Amino acid sequence: MGLGILYDSTLCIGCRECEKACAARWKLPYNDNIAAEEQISAHKLTAIQTRGEHFTRRLCMHCNEPACASVCPVSALHKTALGPVVYDETRCIGCRYCMLACPFQVPTYEWGSRTPRVRKCDGCYDRRKAGQPTACVEACPTGASSCGDRNALIDEARRRLAEKPDQYYHRIYGIEEAGGTSVLYLSAVPFEQLAMKVGLPKEPLPQLTWRALSLVPDVVSTGSVLLGGIWWITHRREKVAAAERREKEGKQ
Amino acid sequence: MADTARTISFPTSISDVRRLPFWMPVFWVLMGLGAYASYLRLFQGLGAVTNLSDRFPWGLWIGFDVLCGVGLAAGGFTLVAAVHIFNLERYKPILRPAILTAFLGYVLVVVALMFDLGRPDRIWHPLVMWNPHSVMFEVAWCVMLYTTVLALEFVPAVCERFGWKSPLNVLRTISLPVVILGVILSTLHQSSLGSLYLIVPEKLYPLWYTPLMPVLFYISAICVGLAMTIFESWHSSREFGRYIELPLLAGMARLLAVLLSTYVTLRLVDLYERGGLGLVLVPRTETYLWLLEMGLLIAPALLLFSFRVRHNPSALYACALMVIFGFIANRLNVSVTGMEAGLGVHYVPKWTEIAVTLAVVALGFAIFRFAARHLPVFEEGKTP
Repeated sequence: MGLGILYDSTLCIGCRECEKACAARWKLPYNDNIAAEEQISAHKLTAIQTRGEHFTRRLCMHCNEPACASVCPVSALHKTALGPVVYDETRCIGCRYCMLACPFQVPTYEWGSRTPRVRKCDGCYDRRKAGQPTACVEACPTGASSCGDRNALIDEARRRLAEKPDQYYHRIYGIEEAGGTSVLYLSAVPFEQLAMKVGLPKEPLPQLTWRALSLVPDVVSTGSVLLGGIWWITHRREKVAAAERREKEGKQ
Repeated sequence: MADTARTISFPTSISDVRRLPFWMPVFWVLMGLGAYASYLRLFQGLGAVTNLSDRFPWGLWIGFDVLCGVGLAAGGFTLVAAVHIFNLERYKPILRPAILTAFLGYVLVVVALMFDLGRPDRIWHPLVMWNPHSVMFEVAWCVMLYTTVLALEFVPAVCERFGWKSPLNVLRTISLPVVILGVILSTLHQSSLGSLYLIVPEKLYPLWYTPLMPVLFYISAICVGLAMTIFESWHSSREFGRYIELPLLAGMARLLAVLLSTYVTLRLVDLYERGGLGLVLVPRTETYLWLLEMGLLIAPALLLFSFRVRHNPSALYACALMVIFGFIANRLNVSVTGMEAGLGVHYVPKWTEIAVTLAVVALGFAIFRFAARHLPVFEEGKTP
C-alpha cells in the first residue's frame, strides 16, 4: 500500500516542530498565535492537539481507498501509487463534497478567498518522490513521527506494543479504519480520549456509493426498454380500438 | 417585469387589485436583498456571506436550493411519463405548466449552484474532467442533459406562440426518444441525490441514513412532483381565473396516496429492519424533526385515500402543501439537521444565504407568471 507515517503519541513532547516545518514547506505563516490554534485549517495543514496530558496530531490520513477522491466530480483528488492522496487545484470546481465525505474531516477550504482552493496535507508527495522523508518527520526531534513503507511501519508498531505492553493502549489506529489509512497511530490511552474518531466502518467508504452507482447502466438499459414497451402497448391499444371502430362503422 | 408593472396600472380583475400591491413590494425587496447578497458573494467570497465552515461545508444552498429545487421540479418528468408513455391523454391540460415549472426549477438550481460553487467559472469542468466513481459527476451530467431535454419539451409552446411550423415538426419526430431520455435521466439523478449521502454513514443520523436512500429519494421526488402539480393548478386557477381541473387532480391525488403510503411504509420497515425504531423514543432534536417530517407525510397519505378529500379543492390543496413541506423537511433533515451532530457543528444560515434563496424562489414565481401570461402554457382558450 505504499508509504505511510507512524505517529506515536507516547513519544510526542508537543514541541510543534512538525507544525513549523509543515508551514515552511507550504510557505504558510507560522507564529505563536497559529501555534496555539489546535485545529487544522486552510493555513495549518497539520496540528498538534493537547488532550489532558497526552498529545495527538492531526493531518491527512491518506486512506487506502479515499472517500474524498471517490466523490470528486472532476478527479481533482487521487491516491498516488506511492501512497499520498494529492490534490490538483486547477481541476477543482469548489463543490466541497470531499470535505463532507472525508470520514476524518480533513480537507479545509479557503473561505475568505475569491478563488478558493481545498487545502490538505499531501504527504509531501514531491519529497517522497525524491526519496526524502516528509517535512514533519524530518523535523521531529523524538521520533514520535516516522515514515516508511506502510507494512514496515505496522511491523514496527507491533514491535513497540510487544516490547512495552504496559505503556500502550493495545491497538494500532489506521489499520482498518475506513478500510485502512497510510497514517497510523499509537497511543497510551484509548483513541477516543484523544478525540479521534472510533467506530468508523472497516469497509472502504467508496464501496457504499459504488454499490448504488454500479446500477446505473442497468437502470438505463432496462428503463429504456421498459418505457419503450409501455409506450408501444398503450399506443397500440389505441390504434387497435380505432381500427375496430372503423371496422364496425364499415359493417353498419 | 414590464408585464407585472403593466398589470398594476391596468388592473384586469378585482383579485389583481387586492393581491398585487402586497406582492410587488415584497418581490422587489427580495430582489434588492438578493442583489446585494450576490454582490457580497461575488466580491468577498463564500466565507463572508455564509455560515459554512471547514466542519460544515454544505448548508442551505445545497440543502434547499439544490436538493429541494430538483425534487420540487419532478412533476415535469412524472407528467411527461403519464401523458406520453402511459398515454393518459386526459392529463394533457396540466402537462405544460408542469414542464414549465420543471424547466424553471432546473435553471434556478443551476443559478443557485453558481452561488454555492467556490469556482463557478469552472462549472463546465465535469464535461471534460471525468470521474465515473463520483455520484456528483453523474448528477452533474444528468442535470445538464435533463435541462436540455426540458428545454426541448417546452420549446413547442414558444413555437406555437410565434407560429413557427418547421421546428415543431422536427421536435415531433424526435419526441419519443427525448421523452424516454428525460424519464431515464430523472430517475437517475433524483435517486442519485440520495446516493450523495451514502458515503457519510458515520455522520448522518441513523433515522435518515439507510442504504435505501436512493430509492427513497426517487419515490419522494415523484410524490412531491405530483403535489407541486396540484399546488400549481390550484394557484393558477385563482390567479388566472381559470376553472380547476378537479377530476384530473383527484386522479393524481389517488396515485399520490398510493405512492406516499408506499414511501412511509418503506421507511418504517427499513428503520425497523435496521433496528432503529427505538430511536423514535430518544428525546433529542433529531427525533422531533423526524416526527414532524413523518407527520407531514403520513397525514396526507391517509387523508388522500378519502374520496371526499380528493374532490374538495381546499382539502386537496392542504394535503399537497403537507406533502411539499414534509418533503422539504426531509431534504433539510438529511442535508443539514441530521448532519449537525455527526459533523459536530450547529449551523444556522446567514441572512445572505436566506436572501439569495428567497430571491431565487421569487424569481421562479415571477418568471412562471410572466411565461404563463405570454405563452400558451395553459390550455387553448383558457389563458387569460
